[in-house]
Amino acid sequence: MPQAATVTASATPYAIEVEDLVSYYDSRRILDEVSLRVRPGEIMVVMGGSGSGKSTLLRHLLGLNRPAAGRVSLFGADISQASARELYQLRRRMGVSFQNGALFNSMTVEENVAFPLREHTRLDERTIRIMARMKLEVVNLAGFERLMPAQLSGGMIKRAALARALVMDPSLLFFDEPSAGLDPVVSADLDELILRLRDALRVTILVVTHELDSAFRIADRITVLDQGRILITGTVEEVRNSPSERVQNLLNRRSEEIDVDPEEYLRRLTD
Amino acid sequence: MSYQVDEKDGYAVVRLTGEVDLNRSPDARRVILDCLQKKMPLLVDLSGVDYIDSSGVASLVEGYQLSRSRQLDFGLIGVSDAAMNVLRLARLDKVFPIYASLEARLKDTR
Repeated sequence: MPQAATVTASATPYAIEVEDLVSYYDSRRILDEVSLRVRPGEIMVVMGGSGSGKSTLLRHLLGLNRPAAGRVSLFGADISQASARELYQLRRRMGVSFQNGALFNSMTVEENVAFPLREHTRLDERTIRIMARMKLEVVNLAGFERLMPAQLSGGMIKRAALARALVMDPSLLFFDEPSAGLDPVVSADLDELILRLRDALRVTILVVTHELDSAFRIADRITVLDQGRILITGTVEEVRNSPSERVQNLLNRRSEEIDVDPEEYLRRLTD
Repeated sequence: MSYQVDEKDGYAVVRLTGEVDLNRSPDARRVILDCLQKKMPLLVDLSGVDYIDSSGVASLVEGYQLSRSRQLDFGLIGVSDAAMNVLRLARLDKVFPIYASLEARLKDTR
């Protein structure tokens, strides 16, 4: 497998370990003692509705947010305590496919994909070009390397972003809403690709999504977040068969009646 | 990663061993291109490769491309499962000449 992290790391069987993570935006508690473990080579899908805290959890895993309490470790290295240099080393082992693609509009598709290699390695330019084109082959974008992002469809942008996320051969791959905005066929194609990547490269994959069909297709395990807390973490079957009313409401896309505290409600309206 | 170069039956045989990753693939690239610069037919033995990333595969692609331009024979032999998985992902198993061994290459009349 790819090189071991050079940051101080403890021996662990997990690629990702989150322990009692607490996070706030201003005074609002977004994550409330969240704990999660992901094994190497596993596809973990984090599900939840809007405002459940799943995007905040992803930001913590990427080292973009610091925990108010708790710990986030990748390959045994505590990123909550990592220096900027240590975080850089860990990030070289991560690939991130952002929801909107986050491609550079002023660069061609190939330049976008090659960008991390040009920034972070000293590989020969011919090697870089072959690597970028190989990744475009993997995501079925061969022949589109000279196009600009503005010339791509939504599905193509997602695949180009994935090619860029893969170009450094990461040990850990994060997807933020990979299916959002895609038609069902394109979405299913992307799911198949995610499964092929895991099988071929044994990469650990964490997917944040609210798309049920996609989650059930690709997940080894699913964790369901609701209002900043984990409702359940389990296999697809365990989640499907969960007796929890909240989990079933999420799976069946039923909205929940929100508990109203009249005093608190009035205070929110009038404060 | 380590490598060893032998000459056998008119071929240079480059045996790569261990993990061919971003840090080590420039060495693999150099030894592959050096053999081809000497105008030697080349077989790259991947039987001892535990892991190869796309920079390593890119070195193989570049070597294959150079061998074709120089009309030199080129092939991969003893491709390990780990290496084959990576080649298959990019459909490069359909591109490279792949043989079980040097002996298999010699018997092949392609």
